[in-house]
Amino acid sequence: MTFLNYLLSGISLGSIYAIIALGYTMVYGIAKMLNFAHGDVIMVGSYICFFAVSRFALPPVVGVLAAMAVCTVLGILVERLAYKPLRAAPSLAVLITAIGVSYFLQNGAQLLWTPNPKVFPSVVGNGRLALFGGQLTVSYVTLVTIASCVVIMIALTLFTGHTKMGKAMRACSEDKGAAQLMGINVNSTISVTFAIGSGLAAVAGVLLCSAYPNLVPTTGSMPGIKAFTAAVFGGIGSIPGAMLGGILLGVIEIFAKAYISTQLSDAVVFAVLIIVLLVKPAGLLGKKISEKV
Amino acid sequence: MKHTNMKKMIALALATIMLVALCACGGGSSEPEAEASAEAFKLGGTGPLTGGAAIYGNAAKNGAQIAVDEINAQGGIQFELKYEDDANDAEKAVNAYNSLKDWGMQISLGSVTSTPANATSAEGFTDRIFSLTPSASAPTVIEGKDNMFQMCFLDYPTQGGASAQYISDMALGEKIGIIWKNDEDYSTGLRNSFVDKAAELGLNIVAESTFTEGNNDFSVQLTEMQNAGVDVVFLPMYYQPASLIFAQADAMGYAPKWFGVDGMDGILAMEGFDPTLAEGVMLLTPFNADSTDEATQAFVAKYQELYNDIPNQFAADAYDCVYAYKQALEAAGATPDMTAEQLNDLMIEQFTSMSFDGLTGTGMTWDSTGAVSKSAHGMVIQDGAYAGLD
Repeated sequence: MTFLNYLLSGISLGSIYAIIALGYTMVYGIAKMLNFAHGDVIMVGSYICFFAVSRFALPPVVGVLAAMAVCTVLGILVERLAYKPLRAAPSLAVLITAIGVSYFLQNGAQLLWTPNPKVFPSVVGNGRLALFGGQLTVSYVTLVTIASCVVIMIALTLFTGHTKMGKAMRACSEDKGAAQLMGINVNSTISVTFAIGSGLAAVAGVLLCSAYPNLVPTTGSMPGIKAFTAAVFGGIGSIPGAMLGGILLGVIEIFAKAYISTQLSDAVVFAVLIIVLLVKPAGLLGKKISEKV
Repeated sequence: MKHTNMKKMIALALATIMLVALCACGGGSSEPEAEASAEAFKLGGTGPLTGGAAIYGNAAKNGAQIAVDEINAQGGIQFELKYEDDANDAEKAVNAYNSLKDWGMQISLGSVTSTPANATSAEGFTDRIFSLTPSASAPTVIEGKDNMFQMCFLDYPTQGGASAQYISDMALGEKIGIIWKNDEDYSTGLRNSFVDKAAELGLNIVAESTFTEGNNDFSVQLTEMQNAGVDVVFLPMYYQPASLIFAQADAMGYAPKWFGVDGMDGILAMEGFDPTLAEGVMLLTPFNADSTDEATQAFVAKYQELYNDIPNQFAADAYDCVYAYKQALEAAGATPDMTAEQLNDLMIEQFTSMSFDGLTGTGMTWDSTGAVSKSAHGMVIQDGAYAGLD
């Protein structure tokens, strides 16, 4: 039973990584850039939802929608101001800019909202589902997170595969220059990508903080790094890969903590990542989908 | 051509915005500079004003600032306070310390947290700049350094030991468990001293589990405690991870007795925290913002007015540091034109001989190692407030 309990803990942690990884992978798959500020957009989303629900006593749904709206605008703004001017620059410059944006958001949040930790009110309640006469429990947050992950994963796959905008995105992903020659507005396509990625970040932030209700300006950074790892693990650019990578990462982390060492868990996680990348350099599902997205 | 220029302009503008924002964040430290005068003692300190531990650094800085403003308003001894950001990082702390030295720091408030304090205390010892740290409680901060003193109520050998003693005296439980943060000096030190004392007292520690920075999921640690049948869990950590532990234990339906340390102080002030989760948590702490003591109430009111927050122990410790300096400087007849080295010798002499009453204790004395002696109060959280245990 303990084993199953650990497995469930792993899945709940992993589902959080997965939902963050979806945003990472979406932006990478299309804009071909690693948006290291993604974790901090998550943090901003959590703060917006926190203020809406805790300070203004709005219903949680409104809080989530407000967070999504703000993050979408923030994502577009960041893209316009920080990344667009560097469209022709080497990818290393964009990467460093993304790290800069990440610090900018963290310190900005600290200035605006102080570094004092806040306790996030769970938007899905603190309840738990008891199985086998209470020997196994699954929190509602986990169930909602997994459900959201699946819905988002399917929606994104359908969107990129079957809509006109999705087609434009895939074209940009393959070759920006050629896409432009075909009459696709590359800039607005990338903006839409960032808008969607950041909107997803808001959802991820709300779910992250519902599961681990501690909100500080650095809340998004560690989960952001782990989710990035998950995205690479599953095959960066691959939407189902992000989900698979996230959940596996969570499960490996919890098992490493439980059966190897609580201190070495991160080392074990990254060792597994290295082995996977040695065997499959594109990540678990990388090869199959990378041309598609 | 025009287009490239435009791009450059935007990039430049963006860079400027970021730079300004970064400066603004690191700033605050530069505020009091304007009032520089030869009449004031230059008092410097480093602390995490940004980053994950910023709450402690800012609390100490604010507490010290209140004391400085009060003392300056009284006339007599004048202070000029300058805090530099160390982001809770040893290397940055040394840079911050050096910039304070360039500024002309005569006496120091050391560093707020233990890891940076270990680095800056070594520098201060070599440079002969006297330091009284509000809250860096690691024994290594003062060990072998004659001019490094601490205000925090107990360095960990005593605090961890006192907690074990308390659990033993009160017979709080049969099976003791510890969850500690093994990448932090503070937590590790407390855990070690607790374990040593527990062995001496014959306490039965049945489970120990660790976590590291950035960890949010305590399901494994709590399951270990639960499986081992632990009935008292010792939590040598700051309140932020503790709040997650309480929430997750509650969700698991695991309800042992919790025993915290002084870093737990502040948990009730967390915005949005459900105080029922911390019901019955015990801790040893020297400062209690709810105290009816007049000086404490005045300090709490002032802090709330200026910073819109309830002061924690870090703020109170830093406040006490400045007043202790005032008392020592007055007693020594020190003047602001003295060099850091002259003041250093005077302060060592004063601190090892004086007795000081402050917010965090009365009749505090320091021995020649720089450790303070003051008593710890057992507190328990009841109905969302602290209550005395005995």
